[in-house]
Amino acid sequence: MRHSCFITVGPARFRIGSDWRAPIDLLRSLYRDYPLEQVVPDFTVRLQATSALRRWIRPAVSIAGDFTLPDAAPLPLSQALLAAEMAMNLQMALGWRRHLLLHASAVSRGGRAVIMTGVSGAGKSTLSALLGERGWRFLGDEFVLLDPDSGMIVPFPRPVSLKNAAIAAMEHEVDDDDRFGPVLRDTPKGTIRHLRPRTEAIGLMTRETQPALLLFPRFGEPRAVRRVDEAECFVRLTQASTNYVALGERGFDALTHFVRSIPARAIDYTDGEEGVEMVERLWSEQGVKAAA
Amino acid sequence: MTDGWSVARALTDPQSAAGLEPAGWTRLLSAARALSLIGTLAEAMADNGVPAEVERVLGDVRRSNIAGQRQALWEAECAKAALATYSGKVILLKGTAFAAAGYRAALGRSIGDLDILVDRSGIEQVEALLLSAGWEWVKPDPYDDAYYRKWMHELPPMIHASRDRMIDVHHTILPLTAKPRPDAAALIADARALPSGLFVLSPADIICHAAAHLLADGDLSGGMRNLWDIDRLVRQFAAEERDFAERLADRARLHGLTGAVSRALRLSQRLFNTPPVFRRKPEPGAGAEQSGPGIRLSPESTSAKRHISDALFLRRITAVDGWGRKTRKLTRQAFFIRSHALRMPPLMLARHLWTKWRMGRRD
Repeated sequence: MRHSCFITVGPARFRIGSDWRAPIDLLRSLYRDYPLEQVVPDFTVRLQATSALRRWIRPAVSIAGDFTLPDAAPLPLSQALLAAEMAMNLQMALGWRRHLLLHASAVSRGGRAVIMTGVSGAGKSTLSALLGERGWRFLGDEFVLLDPDSGMIVPFPRPVSLKNAAIAAMEHEVDDDDRFGPVLRDTPKGTIRHLRPRTEAIGLMTRETQPALLLFPRFGEPRAVRRVDEAECFVRLTQASTNYVALGERGFDALTHFVRSIPARAIDYTDGEEGVEMVERLWSEQGVKAAA
Repeated sequence: MTDGWSVARALTDPQSAAGLEPAGWTRLLSAARALSLIGTLAEAMADNGVPAEVERVLGDVRRSNIAGQRQALWEAECAKAALATYSGKVILLKGTAFAAAGYRAALGRSIGDLDILVDRSGIEQVEALLLSAGWEWVKPDPYDDAYYRKWMHELPPMIHASRDRMIDVHHTILPLTAKPRPDAAALIADARALPSGLFVLSPADIICHAAAHLLADGDLSGGMRNLWDIDRLVRQFAAEERDFAERLADRARLHGLTGAVSRALRLSQRLFNTPPVFRRKPEPGAGAEQSGPGIRLSPESTSAKRHISDALFLRRITAVDGWGRKTRKLTRQAFFIRSHALRMPPLMLARHLWTKWRMGRRD
């Protein structure tokens, strides 16, 4: 293709080709702290014009690559960063086989990770971004990779995809304007702005951590904490995994081991501050138990 | 050499990929994926030294191969259980058949839908049994449904509600509108039983079906994978089956597929060096036998015409670039139009396209 770049996030290597120059420049800027050298990629992503005419007139980006969805709607060129993000997510969701993939966010402290999972809009992404600014290592806001052999969490710290109200919250939290991408308005998901994780988190992205706590956060509900048993965790995580079925027995073994080895809580919280405070509290309670 | 050709070369001669630079590997992997041959390539390279970053990718693909074949065979088991009270033969077709029979063509082959063949007289019972066992219709549109039932060689596709897998139930191997009329009763009579109680077509019929599927149906979008199937099957059958060449010639004639089978064998020879099955016969009758009714692009085939049209087919089949994009748009469109012309007489085609166009506008 006319323009291209390579991006490595955690263990996954992407080749991204584009019919236009602008998306590649934006990606290079947003991903400037990530390894960008040429490799043999795990996945190829194509940002291509929906037709020859649409390269120039009302340019529209169709999302394509090694793995595609037949009914993926094209996006205007001004939202090419979102198109790239969606295409990269799609490759991971449909194509990744080295780890069990959980639709979840994660942070870690002292080499032990908190995994947060829930439906879109539950707040897991924003919560991980907030914790990542407050002394935790950010491991990822979209996918958590679970190594079926070792049981370890493998980071996938792509830039956080902030949506709507979360944008202002994180702009307030992060001083460094350079870490934000451009504001993308009127996308199918509302307004979107990407936030590059702290340089330290990207620098440590090949270092695995041990899972220690599983949370099912729910944003905008009155404060509540509920214990979640192994069976419920298992069922909810099979639904949160995009490759559980494809991994077969390896996926089953990895997931049963995972839900048996760590405690799990469902937490409801009214705002980000309360969410952070509840995670910290549960974390220290677990720490006390582990030491006892 | 286009990227489609480099995939063919890497499959037939895995050593030839040894000198590739990272950029060359990247193009090869993307082209192979676009041609649905990445699984096959991964198996072909299994005993070759490849760079570590290539091995990461191919190792994952091999793992997916195992899971994919297990799923396909399980789906066949589920269909068998659902059809336990059906007394006729249930014959597996295409990828699932190769895997169930243990043919080498199954190695690394991606398998999508489950394709089965049953006698037309039993199709209503089979349909009812599948529906009661959890399969559902995919195409709710009445026109599509009626079209399938009247003109196609299969029922409208069904999908299993909880396993999310498709099944195509065939009663013959080409649409009823196509010019060749394969002998479905003979296909079923000659089918071979597997230990599981399911059946596969006889070796010669498997090749006839693969050639029919490739050349007398469809627009060749899966062409290279189909030809790879044919290459692997022919090599195995030629070595293991008695009188395979004669059987194949007989069956191709019976099904009206002599032209399609001959062309498929020529194309796979060009792409994959498949050893020739038919020796050129010197007697004058041989020419007429070579051009069967399956091919309309070259009705009277002098060898020069055949050569040119073969080149066109190969141009279509290898039309993919190192980004996994389809190339040669005009050639592809020509074959798309051809696929419709093969399926229907002009008036019927016009009516079909008119209906489809109006449906498209309505949505």
